Amino acid sequence: MNVAPLEVARIFHALGDPTRRAIVETLSERPQSVSHLATPLAITPTAVIQHLRVLEESGLVRTEKVGRVRTCRIEPAGFSVLEQWVGERRGAWERRFDRLGDLLAEPED
Amino acid sequence: MTPTEHDTFVIERSYPVSPERAFRTFADPALKRRWFTDGKTQDTEVFEMDFRIGGADRQRYRMTAATPFPGVALSNEGVYQDIVPNERIVLASTMTLGDRRISSSLVTFEFLATAAGVDIRCTHQAAFYEGADGPAMRKDGWNKLFDAFGQALEPA
Repeated sequence: MNVAPLEVARIFHALGDPTRRAIVETLSERPQSVSHLATPLAITPTAVIQHLRVLEESGLVRTEKVGRVRTCRIEPAGFSVLEQWVGERRGAWERRFDRLGDLLAEPED
Repeated sequence: MTPTEHDTFVIERSYPVSPERAFRTFADPALKRRWFTDGKTQDTEVFEMDFRIGGADRQRYRMTAATPFPGVALSNEGVYQDIVPNERIVLASTMTLGDRRISSSLVTFEFLATAAGVDIRCTHQAAFYEGADGPAMRKDGWNKLFDAFGQALEPA
């Protein structure tokens, strides 16, 4: 039922670093190659690969090698875990008003 | 004796519907039950409301396996203190967990018409007794969440 604490810890650890957040922000616009990620961040491709490994382990990013190019994209699974964790932390009254919003979004009889 | 803990919190939400429509979801028991009860953590055994000033508002739940205390009864007994149609509802009630009274609260709902629909302001004022869940759990985990984010975002 509840989100595994280890998974959440990995996600917060991954997002705790400003360079990794910059990578996630860039990838949320569109998928990129490793070299395209490295240039604007002014870091080496080796450093990018190290950050990508942490992001992949947390389930936030997916990379795929096609020929000689490694393409990186956002992995929705990690974000779903993060969303669920946030949802579980919201209290009873906040969730009530979320449900009220759902009810009020329905067409009226 | 453990000191009684007091807390007030306010939740404001905007909805793109008329105050009249929003008010109905508080006044009609079938509609209110749909948003007020949480099916994940509680099985609702009693949901009664006599929506008039002086009328009783009662809920009885059984906590589900998704909570730290499955099978335990949670009940809420209240009385409507004030009702102004489409504008205000004030409800005073006491919550009991198992055989323990855990808190008494005064909850005010205000419906404010806006250009976009309605703003609902919920002001929750409560006294928490011994063994209560505490204001933090009652309100929401946002403060804790932001603390967690703050720690995660601080440079190592």
